[in-house]
Amino acid sequence: MTNNTDVDLQTDVPNTITPPLWLLAEITYQCPLHCPYCSNPVNMEETFNELSTEHWERVLREAREMGAVQLGFSGGEPLLRKDLEHLVAYARALGFYTNLITSGIGMTEKRIAKLKEAGLDHIQLSFQAANAEVNDLIGNKRHSFEQKLKIAKLVKQYNYPMVLNFCITAQNIHEIEDVMALSEQLNADFVELATVQYYGWAYENRDHLLPTSQQLQEAEAAVNRYRTQQNGKGPTFIFVSPDYYESRPKACMNGWGTTFLTVTPDGSALPCHSAKILPLRFPNVKERSLHDIWHQDFSFNHFRGDSWMPSPCRDCDEKDKDFGGCRCQAYLLTGDMYKTDPVCSKSPDHHLMKGITDKAGTAPSKALQYRKVEKPIPILEVSATS
Amino acid sequence: MMSNLQSQTENHLDADSVGADNVEDNIENSSSHNNEGGRTRDKIASLNPLFRMQYEKAQGCYVLLFPEGMIKLNPSAAEILKRVDGSNTENAICAELRQAFPDAPEDLEEDVHAFLVHAEQKKWIRYDE
Repeated sequence: MTNNTDVDLQTDVPNTITPPLWLLAEITYQCPLHCPYCSNPVNMEETFNELSTEHWERVLREAREMGAVQLGFSGGEPLLRKDLEHLVAYARALGFYTNLITSGIGMTEKRIAKLKEAGLDHIQLSFQAANAEVNDLIGNKRHSFEQKLKIAKLVKQYNYPMVLNFCITAQNIHEIEDVMALSEQLNADFVELATVQYYGWAYENRDHLLPTSQQLQEAEAAVNRYRTQQNGKGPTFIFVSPDYYESRPKACMNGWGTTFLTVTPDGSALPCHSAKILPLRFPNVKERSLHDIWHQDFSFNHFRGDSWMPSPCRDCDEKDKDFGGCRCQAYLLTGDMYKTDPVCSKSPDHHLMKGITDKAGTAPSKALQYRKVEKPIPILEVSATS
Repeated sequence: MMSNLQSQTENHLDADSVGADNVEDNIENSSSHNNEGGRTRDKIASLNPLFRMQYEKAQGCYVLLFPEGMIKLNPSAAEILKRVDGSNTENAICAELRQAFPDAPEDLEEDVHAFLVHAEQKKWIRYDE
């Protein structure tokens, strides 16, 4: 069946592997913003060796053949790829519903019109806050708020469905009412009030970003008040509370290798966009077909089904609901990717969560790190010509 | 053919950490403008431009696609929504369905109406003012 000898260790691979319905195409990790909660890998070496246009065409074709229907162009900032319009048109012709997940930086009216022509279905625009001062500070880029406002207007002008995404942290959670008012003013269709989850750069900067329990409760109450006043009008607000304050884990990725497939800029295929941190070897689309990867690869089969599950998941009547939670979270917090997600109150490691959340709002243990600049400065080229 | 209209399955694919049922819950919660029976029967219905309908081979059914999500439609729901094209009223849709499915049960009109009310509440469709 496969050349991968490890596969013999798998005893529980379900007979029917469902097709990946959601393809997240992280076409570049390059980004003009430097948000300290970026979910991209902290290891910036993965920024280089981007897939070619032809590689992406093949990935899109193969994913569509397998039944994928939702496609997210993400990054980094996907607008930095000059072939974005081409890839959108290619994907749309294959029948994908195409989502562009963007910071808006680098968008112009010309491009938004070209993307419409290419068949782009939806634009999700991120904001870092509801005012220029905080927004530009978090992204570490001047005038980015101004640009985002301009792009939000263009998104509506060109009749795209518009989802706004606000990453909520200790820096902006007290302004959540302003966030909702701005969203309504911009005529958003959906608004994700996404309290940051702690992976990638956000994990590094957790001490700075994690809101307190009280801040969280106040924010959620403010959202509920706002919803009541809306009377069925205006944007649909989706409030995402951080796992750290929950007592049951999320059904991460709707179950490992069941629904989601991420392809990273260098062609790594992952069951979720954070999975690269796990001590597993993930396949690359340059070397194998997506079908082969999805159905045969050791890493994709590794957490399918439930025979990998430890106690208390193994005997838990909720194991089909949350699938043991998030493998990355278990690994980051306990050092063991096979453990129950410590978010679960049944986990023997659940006390770790309280240890972290109790410290929210107190002095951070280390300085805040912006997501670093990606490209090495080409000093040699400069000196050669001088 | 035209029975079981309310059983179209709904299956959301949500990006990142957005809870699987949140979008649907919120759409439902924010709908407070139910139609009184009959009020919209002679208005032109169209699909909400947030949604795109297409046949998905891998799912074996028609689906409604929207930002980062998908709703699977059963055959009856699909037959109705195919006719919600910005030119038909509810009455016209029923007439077309009667013609296409001569063996449809007697209560077809009621089923179609109930489904369209549901679809408007879910914001899948809208009516001309």
